Amino acid sequence: MLEIKCPYCGKRSQNEFAYGGDATVKRPELNKEVSDQEWDTFVYYRKNPRGNHLELWHHISGCRQWFKAKRNTATHEIIDTFELSDDVGDAS
Amino acid sequence: MKKYSAFSLIKNAFSYHQNWDVAWRDPEPKSEYEVIIIGGGGHGLATAFYLAKKFNIRNVAILEKGWIGGGNVGRNTTILRSNYMYNANNLFYEEGMKMWRNLSQELNYNVMYSPRGILNLAHSDAQMNAYSRRGNSMRLNGIDAQLLYREDIKKMIPFADYSSNCRFPIFGGLFQPSGGTARHDAVAWGYARGADDLGVDIIQNCEVTGFDVNNGKIQGVQTSRGNIKTKKIGLCVAGSTSLLAEKLNMTLPIEAHVLQACVSEPIKPLLDQVVTFGAGHFYCSQSDKGEMVMGGDLDGYNSYAQRGNLPTIQHVLTEGVALFPNLSRLKILRTWGGIMDMSMDTSPIIDKTHIDGLYLNCGWCYGGFKATPVSGLTFAHTIAKDEVHELNAPFRLDRFHTGHLIDEKGIGTKTWIS
Repeated sequence: MLEIKCPYCGKRSQNEFAYGGDATVKRPELNKEVSDQEWDTFVYYRKNPRGNHLELWHHISGCRQWFKAKRNTATHEIIDTFELSDDVGDAS
Repeated sequence: MKKYSAFSLIKNAFSYHQNWDVAWRDPEPKSEYEVIIIGGGGHGLATAFYLAKKFNIRNVAILEKGWIGGGNVGRNTTILRSNYMYNANNLFYEEGMKMWRNLSQELNYNVMYSPRGILNLAHSDAQMNAYSRRGNSMRLNGIDAQLLYREDIKKMIPFADYSSNCRFPIFGGLFQPSGGTARHDAVAWGYARGADDLGVDIIQNCEVTGFDVNNGKIQGVQTSRGNIKTKKIGLCVAGSTSLLAEKLNMTLPIEAHVLQACVSEPIKPLLDQVVTFGAGHFYCSQSDKGEMVMGGDLDGYNSYAQRGNLPTIQHVLTEGVALFPNLSRLKILRTWGGIMDMSMDTSPIIDKTHIDGLYLNCGWCYGGFKATPVSGLTFAHTIAKDEVHELNAPFRLDRFHTGHLIDEKGIGTKTWIS
């Protein structure tokens, strides 16, 4: 069982959370010509690293806030969690 | 290769089974091969087997980081089926079903093919309509499908919950009589023995650490057992696809996720078919040893760990007990996890790439095992002829660019929206 530290509520069991995928994916900027390839990359392509991964989680059965977690995909260790507005770069 | 037969079994009994030939050699890697397959799982072994058998390319090596059959081909729940709705999936998997029927004879190895039927249960009128549509689609493609109603299901699985206070009552189901199971390890071993007999080198404990690419053409691979030259590489590494692609500066529409399965303690024969619960994600069959083999959802977060967490097992088994209340008294014998190469539209990718001589076989999501023979055959065709087979033509990588997705379930890696 994973224990995940919600930045707003503290440490809670995995059962309260839902996963939201890679948090480093950036939507192409609005008001700018977007090539098909940029759009495909945003929608479908993922780095999918083995190791540290910055990802979105949703405290869906708790405070219902979205937040970011830095987690190791090889060991499942959760290294740290952040509010969405925190600028933490990418995971590595 | 000495053929396995009843006669050879009796003959070897006289020497207390001490003189059987090894099923495959343990060769040192040569300095050059015509084709190198990376990944000694079911698909890699099948690809090498059909390269040698159907396309007469025998100077082939399979490079396996661990041991053959130690990855997903040994971790699945052994289910065979072709009960899809889209033509691309129907035709592809049904060709696979035809191959399963003769596989034991083709390999001279008993893969314990058991066409016991697969039953998808429906728990609402809407779901019955959806199954009726899918069943019609299957029948139009020549696949056996039967729409069953509650009374039919009662005869098939009398121990399911038919009580009046059942949360998800069984309305009926879609039955594919030719679906079933096969022994997964035997599939890996049978293909390994067959490929080895045709001259393929199966090189275990050999990790690929890099690729030699020159002017956009494959020149060879770097491995933990030295550099090997080749002009053609087939990537069959399931959950590790993104890791090897990264060494080639490629990003793919794939996420690695852990999928767990479990077996109960063995019991007397109870369940004749493969049954899936329609109001959640739970499926169950009974192995020849008597264990109930059960599986369901992904854990739901990116993972390369080959192990999962208890909440998913609890969730899946809760659904199991909702369907079959008598399961609640069984103990779980063991659980395990495998790494799924989840593609973004839940369908596989078998294709050439922009690198000349690099071929891709990945994105199998939950369902790679049943496709083992047909994936091997079409991938071997793609490698040998440098063009896709008509059956894998819809499963090209560029569909994520052109928009021709095969989104059979419409969820892809995003299990949190399902």
